[in-house]
Amino acid sequence: MIRLTCFFILFGIVLSAQQAIAGDTSILARPHAAAADAVITLPAGFSFTKMIGDLGRARHIVVAANGDVFVKLDKLKNGKGIYRLHDSNGDGKPDQVTGFGNYTGTGITIKNGYLYASSNTEVFRYKINEQTGEVDQASEQKIVTGLWDKRQHESKSLTLDNEGNIYVNIGAPSNDCQVQDRVKGSPGQDPCPILDSAGGIWQFKADQLNQSYATGTRYATGLRNVVGLDWNNESNDLYVMQHGRDMLFQFYPEMYDQKAGAENPAEEMFRIKKGADCGWPYCYYDNDKKGKLLNPEYGGDRNKTGRCDEKTKSIMQFPGHLAPNGLLFYTGSAFPAKYKNGAFIAFHGSWNRSPEPQAGYYVAFVPFKDGMPSGKWEIFANGFAGSNINRAAYKPCGLAQDKDGSLYVSDDNNGTIWKISYGGKK
Amino acid sequence: MKNIFITAVLFFLLASSFTSKQQPGIKASIDRGKKVYNATCLACHQADGLGVERMNPPLVKTKWVLGNKKALAKIVIDGLKGGEIEIDGDDFHNPMPPQRGQLTDQQIADVLTYVRNNFGNKASAVTVADVKAARTTTVAVAARPASKTPAKKTPVKQ
Repeated sequence: MIRLTCFFILFGIVLSAQQAIAGDTSILARPHAAAADAVITLPAGFSFTKMIGDLGRARHIVVAANGDVFVKLDKLKNGKGIYRLHDSNGDGKPDQVTGFGNYTGTGITIKNGYLYASSNTEVFRYKINEQTGEVDQASEQKIVTGLWDKRQHESKSLTLDNEGNIYVNIGAPSNDCQVQDRVKGSPGQDPCPILDSAGGIWQFKADQLNQSYATGTRYATGLRNVVGLDWNNESNDLYVMQHGRDMLFQFYPEMYDQKAGAENPAEEMFRIKKGADCGWPYCYYDNDKKGKLLNPEYGGDRNKTGRCDEKTKSIMQFPGHLAPNGLLFYTGSAFPAKYKNGAFIAFHGSWNRSPEPQAGYYVAFVPFKDGMPSGKWEIFANGFAGSNINRAAYKPCGLAQDKDGSLYVSDDNNGTIWKISYGGKK
Repeated sequence: MKNIFITAVLFFLLASSFTSKQQPGIKASIDRGKKVYNATCLACHQADGLGVERMNPPLVKTKWVLGNKKALAKIVIDGLKGGEIEIDGDDFHNPMPPQRGQLTDQQIADVLTYVRNNFGNKASAVTVADVKAARTTTVAVAARPASKTPAKKTPVKQ
């Protein structure tokens, strides 16, 4: 009898434990790989220091003239969406870490005494004393409002030119503007109505309040989603990195085998002139065919170019799905001469390569001369993924440069910031 | 000691017979469901079912998968806009494409049974009857089972 009682008690415990698990998400296995096994590798002469970790979703970053690093978070940490890292004793670790701004987002930059930051619908600016890193929070101004945030491709990245304009990416909330987004067999909408409000770069005045679509200018269109963008002061042009479309293998296996679907389409770098149309959703760049082709949703057969012949061509192409989230033209003199005016790109890493292995999770470099690529791209900083490429430990997202010429990289998987310096011969 | 042993054996026998009574034919359904998963779901939710941070939610040990079966089937049938799912304070921005015209009732039952019994999950089978009921239900909130941390919008400055 005692045995039987014990049995039923035990059975009851097991049952209720199962019930508890079924109703509780707190035991969810976190997909983050152990960061401990990620060893970051750099070219000879370069070294890195880890400034800080555990900031969470650290998206874009910027460094003030005094060396303070500002981080935009896509998930509030202690109720704050912007963090300032101040290192007063110069040991490479911030000793004052303070937050402000109660909105999540991606974009952050500094220009002419103002710190600019974005939520997924708005752009704000604050007066900043670049010599001390002090931000006057009371000076907050909302300069752009009402931009589309339909969840997909919601990041609003920021850069400014030298004539008082700010450029904001508005990603298309869509994979390829199908009637039913991401449904196999659903046709492409032609013309694509999304392009009126998203899928491009919008230009606003840096100093005017409450601008929106009606007062802004669609500076470039046909860009599915841009997260990494930068103004190149040498060529005085805007450069952007486009995230190419997903699902070529899954939707069109008769044209793209598993490998082709992983390698295509290219992630593309564009040099943007006002009025540029870069082709999305009608066109994509095929890495195997080496050219801009019609998307299958718009009648493409992996050979036809059709209207794509008239679209703005990219100036460099990269393997598929690597997700270029940060772009920075290096203007410093601390690195060897070949890096001067070249482009660093933070590749966040892929997901639409499965069941092929994922790829990316590195910082690449493209040498430039006179505003155009002057050589092949190469991997500059690698190893962020750690031992399991399918569950990356770190995902590079933002890039920044300080006045001494060091390069900073952010990771939005754990919220890590690294500083990369050069100590070798030049 | 012997008594404990007998109790343990009894326990496992009873527990396993209980499970099999609850889930007849589950093995065949799981096997069929794996094929559906690999063809339709794996691209976004990944081979390990853990999804993609910020984009595609994990399917592992979450109430969205292990909870109400009709609500789960409804997500597969009608899809999601993106942002509805919140797990431990993280949200996921990619839309879930509706499979209403893509998968049969049997395929949806199989793939959900597979997901509920793979990646470390353990839960009862989803039946064709569950899927049929989910197809015709007009309750839009079926995709939002009661949650102690309801889906919330990204805080935006007013």
